[in-house]
This record gives sequence, structure tokens and C-alpha cells, in this order.
Amino acid sequence: MLKEKYKAEIDEILSRYPVRRSALLPLLYLAQQEEGYVSEPAMKEIASILRLTPPQVYETVTFYTMFNLKPIGRFHIQVCKSLMCALVGSDPLIGWLEAKLDVKPGDTTKDGLFTLSKVECLGACGTGPMMQINSDYYERLTEEKVDRILADLKRDGTSTLKSGPFMWPEPAQRA
Amino acid sequence: MPKHEPVLLKNMLQPGYTGSLADYERAGGYQALRTVLGKIPPAEVTHMVIKSGLRGRGGAGFPTGVKWGFLPKDYTGPKYLCCNADESEPGTFKDRQLMERDPHQVLEGIAIACYAIGVETAYIYIRGEFALGAKILEAAIREARAAGYLGTNVLGTGRTMNVWVHRGAGAYICGEETALLESLEGKRGLPRVKPPFPATHGLYNKPTVVNNVETLANLPHIITRGPDWFASIGSPPKSAGTRIFCVSGHVKRPGNYEVPMGITCRELIFEQAGGMRSDKPLKAFIPGGASAPFLTPDHLDVKLDFESVAQAGSMLGSGGVTVMEEGTDMVWAALRLTEFFYHESCGKCSPCREGSSWLVQTLRRIVAGQGRMQDLETLTDLCQNIAGRTVCAFGDAEVSPILSTLKYWRHEYEALIRAAEADGPTELLMPTAARH
Repeated sequence: MLKEKYKAEIDEILSRYPVRRSALLPLLYLAQQEEGYVSEPAMKEIASILRLTPPQVYETVTFYTMFNLKPIGRFHIQVCKSLMCALVGSDPLIGWLEAKLDVKPGDTTKDGLFTLSKVECLGACGTGPMMQINSDYYERLTEEKVDRILADLKRDGTSTLKSGPFMWPEPAQRA
Repeated sequence: MPKHEPVLLKNMLQPGYTGSLADYERAGGYQALRTVLGKIPPAEVTHMVIKSGLRGRGGAGFPTGVKWGFLPKDYTGPKYLCCNADESEPGTFKDRQLMERDPHQVLEGIAIACYAIGVETAYIYIRGEFALGAKILEAAIREARAAGYLGTNVLGTGRTMNVWVHRGAGAYICGEETALLESLEGKRGLPRVKPPFPATHGLYNKPTVVNNVETLANLPHIITRGPDWFASIGSPPKSAGTRIFCVSGHVKRPGNYEVPMGITCRELIFEQAGGMRSDKPLKAFIPGGASAPFLTPDHLDVKLDFESVAQAGSMLGSGGVTVMEEGTDMVWAALRLTEFFYHESCGKCSPCREGSSWLVQTLRRIVAGQGRMQDLETLTDLCQNIAGRTVCAFGDAEVSPILSTLKYWRHEYEALIRAAEADGPTELLMPTAARH
């Protein structure tokens, strides 16, 4: 139960808003962080915390693409397929990932490690093709770079190739 | 290449600049806030912003000070400032850089706006995918509170300015200001019918101002260097100041370039961004994000200011400039953008919800080599029945890729269709688009 485990955090979140319902997205993030997805019991609990009906929570959860309604792999790979990334090669990159992982977009690898998704614009159009894995961005991707990222994640659970605070071009690269 | 003096990117262009409070203060940060607090009356700050000519950098380009002026004057209850950091317009990636590399510049802008409009609570609504940006902003807010720039009793003046970061969760429409407010209230992000406008009935039905990240980041500079200085940059009076243009697509050096408004598309693409990535010439470009109609090589000398781009039949929008080289399939390009709009339609208005699905299906049929000439009329007819018939500007945006590519590259649509007709069969296949 979220209420027992995260009492201080929930109280702090509620204190930011004059109206309880505003805490809905932050609490859904908390639930997803806990279970990897937003489960029905979590939705019911959040409804009771915010004094909403479960359908009010459900209709909101399903509107936003970042909430998973069922369990997914340990690493959620989301590759941008919008025009700006497509112009610089996101389609072949998605093909490369499908072949590497032996899954189709929307599916999870048999070992439960990777879920592959094609998504719309993630706001990193100058550094495409790009993907998001869990909370991290990976940009200016090539097939070799993707291979290294997947190997890093398998081995260490994280990769040093993820983006830091964003600036492009970097000062040194400016003419 | 001509050198342009950076304003918003100036700090982060310095080697070793980390965006910490200490770095920002060393670069003269928070001096503008000290200048206004208690020394310049709030109404005078608003007047300075009006005089500077600053217009919103999110897309619509509404004059910022004028927007502030719509708040009810004699109202004493709670009111709110929302910093729109939803940055979801395809082709746009400037706010992410401003927030992640120089967060205090944004926070100082927020504090100045809070002072000018008399607000005690501000929310930064940041798109959910920018998890790193949210973390950096939250750390910067803690630093600023500890130093007395935010929180209660700001710089000993007794004023309260609380700033909270609120993450969205993956919905393009939440960049529309009333959808943003709905989302911040914990609901689905469905745009509201206007009027009433947020200035009188905004967050929690209270007077509210929504300003874009880049807009707010300009405020410290307007205070420090004066509205006349700001109004002298770019193409005054209607397009004063710099813009951070986000260049993407088939150029040598994609990225963010801060230049005065009014430089030409040619200078931005060929000098700042290094020109085309290969020997293929430029075929098309979008000057202001996915919602802006496509332009052609004939428009390269159009000035990048609000009026000139509008006169050329497109819009300056969010400053996202996407470049396409010769060989790019324009029907495919229109389909990609239309798929985006189809995915992101919030579903409130029937013309947009149903129309976007029809548009995608018709375009997919043409791209798949199963088109018929009457499809072009269907597309035009659909577009005419979506634009202007929805609650928000999304409807106008979603038809622009199709209408503009039909205008300049109709022959590409026709070539695909002629090949399909020559191919037979005559039976019309109707692929269905699954909403995912």
C-alpha cells in the first residue's frame, strides 16, 4: 500500500496544491515507480487518498501515454518515430532493435528485460535518432551505439551513454 | 558567419558553466530580481515588459506584458503563474536546454513575473519525459529557496513566491494553455472553451497567467538592460528580441541557435546550421514546428520574424525549423506528421478526433500505392472541415502538413495515385488505423 510506505512523500505532494486532485499525476508516478505499472489496486487507493471515484482516476490514467496499465520489461525502450527523427534514420534503427531483441514494437523480450515501443516526438529533434529508456534519453544513435547501450544495460543495469544536461551543439562544436 | 550576441544562451556558452546557483550569481544572476523587488512597482515592471515588445515564445506569439495586463486589477484572492515547459511541438527542443543548462535563469524570470503580477504560487508544468529537466529544476528551486530568492520572505521583503515542478505524463495537447490547466488540476488534458480566458478563469478557476519557458527567461535581461535595449534587437516593433531556433533534419549541424529575429531562413540554415548535410539541395522546410505549413526553397530569403513568416503563408510558431533535402517523399512526410496529430488528438471535438483518423487512413492508402484521384478531394474537404471547427488551435495545426504539401507538391500525390491506378485492381482497399 502506498499510504503506509510513502506517507511523508504523499503528504509533501498534497501540500503543493490547494486542491487535492492536482496530486493525481504525481501519485500515479509514485505508484508506477513502486510496481512498474499502475495497477488497479493502486488506482483505487489513489482514488481514496484524493477523495475521487476510481473511474475518475481511471479516465485520467488512460489519457496519458506514460502510464503503463500492465507490467512491462525492466527496461522500457521508446524510440521516437516522428518526422524529425525519421528524416535522420529512426525507421532503420527501429528495425535494428526489432532484430536485436527479436520483438515487435509493443512486445517484451522473453527474459523480461526489454519492452520495445515506437512513440511520437520526445522533444530531442536536433539529436535524432533518439530513444528513451526508462527515465533516460539516448541521442545521436547509431547501430553500434545501440548495441553498446543494450550490452551496458544487460550487464550493469545502467549505461554511461545516456544524455546529461542537454545542450546541442556543445560550445566547442560551434563554428 | 555573422556573429550574433547570445542573450539566453550566453552563460551556458561559457566553458565550464554548470548552471549552479554560484555560477549563475557570478554571471550576474538574480541582480534583476534584486532590482525590481521593492524598488520598481509591479505595474512598472509590466509596463517595461510591454515596452520591450516581448512576445510569447511558445507558439502563439501573444505580447507578454499585455497578457499580464488582462488579470483583474482589484482582485485580492489567490492567482497563479504557470510556466509552460511542456515543449512537445515536433521540431522544438530549446526549453529543455534552457532548463537543464541554466535553470536559475528560468527561475529568476518566474520570480520577476510573480512579482509583477502579484502571484505567490507558480507551477512549472514540464513534459513528463523530461525527467532529468524536472530533477535539475527541483534542485535549483531548493538552492534558490535556501538563498532567499524563492520561498517565503523573498530577499527580506516579506513576499512569498513558491515554485513547484509538476510533471505531465505524455500528452502533446497539454502544451495548449487551457489543457495544461486541466492537466494540472489532475484531469484529462482537454482544452477548455474560451472565453473565459485563463487571465480571469484559469487554474482552479482563479486568475492565471501561462508563459513559456523561453519567454520567462527573457525577463531578467529586459530588467537589467532595459526595455529599449530589448526593443532594439531583431525586427522591432513586432518581433523584438532574439529567438532560439531549433534546427533539425538534413543539415550539417542541427541544434539550437540563438539569433535576432529577422535573420533570413537562408542564414539560419546555411550559415548557423552549416547548410545541407550532403550535396543534395534543400527541397522543403518547416519554419515553426510541426503545426507550421511547409515552405519551399523560394522562401529561403523570408525573414524569421512573426509577420514575415505569416506573410509567406506559414508561421514562426515555436521556432522549430526542420529541413528536408531533395529526394524526401513529401506525401510520406505529410503522413508522418499527420500520424503524430492523429495520435495526439485529445478527442474532445469530433472534427479533429474523427477527421484525423480519416486523414491518416486516406494518406496511408495513397502511400501504400492504393490511392485514387478522388482521395485528393477527400483530403482537402476533410481539412476544410477540421480547421477552425475545434475548441483549440490543434485543428488548424493538424491540417497544415497536408494542405501545404498539396499546395507545393501536388504532383507527388498525383504521381503515386496515377501509378496505383495504372496498377489496378479497381477495388478500393480501406486500411484502418488502430489508435495506439
